[in-house]
Amino acid sequence: MPITLDQFLAPHSEALRMGARRAELIARNLANADTPNYKARDLDFQSVLSKARNGSGPALSATHTAHLQPGSSGDFGAELLYRIPTLPRLDGNTVDAQLEQAAFAENALRYSASLTFLDGRIKGLKAALRGE
Amino acid sequence: MSLFNVFDVAGSGMSAQSVRLNVTASNLANAENVSGNPATVYRARHPVFAAVLNEALNDGGESSHAVRVLDIVQSRAPAQGRYEPGNPLADSKGYVYLSNVNAVEEMANMVSASRSYQSNVEVLNTVKQLMLRTLTIGQ
Repeated sequence: MPITLDQFLAPHSEALRMGARRAELIARNLANADTPNYKARDLDFQSVLSKARNGSGPALSATHTAHLQPGSSGDFGAELLYRIPTLPRLDGNTVDAQLEQAAFAENALRYSASLTFLDGRIKGLKAALRGE
Repeated sequence: MSLFNVFDVAGSGMSAQSVRLNVTASNLANAENVSGNPATVYRARHPVFAAVLNEALNDGGESSHAVRVLDIVQSRAPAQGRYEPGNPLADSKGYVYLSNVNAVEEMANMVSASRSYQSNVEVLNTVKQLMLRTLTIGQ
């Protein structure tokens, strides 16, 4: 059974893309920690992961960046959710800097782990190719 | 690519927070200003932030919310008068008017701004390390 390079690397490269997207979202929350009426947003990691794992068939492709992206490819077809604030603030902002920092650290670690796994797979491939 | 957007977002955050620090410094430096006219005395200034949607058509039409300084508003708190007939700036009744800068509020503002700045720097550093590691993948 032939296995393509894409299939071999897919789970980890998908996780990397997701990690990058999530890093951007959390950076956005942290940058807007003092912006009145800004609402903190995030992706639900579990739902995105399960969606990626189930695989929703062949993906559609948009022919122009200004067109509606199929399933909003940037967010992996998952909805951007709003964080529920633990403490109400007078300025209507829902960013909790400590929570966001913790989420960012966790995300960085996940990203790092995916990088290590991907690295291992590529190294394994290389070793197999060399046949030493 | 998303990770590149982080540089924009965190950079905008740092710039906004440094404007806030700058304004705080200006307020504290002018905290003891007096004037003979309550309308011309220095008034505390505060920046107002707003999220700005960068709907640039980068790959995939992704948007990023950077932050920008919308405006710098002056405090409308009344200037306090003080009876100082010996002061050359005093008005005809012998009163001078103090700026309405609240030093405690400004100090709290300063600490908050520097913490926010730090967290933006932290984000930037972490993302830089992740990107560098991504570049050395498979080596």
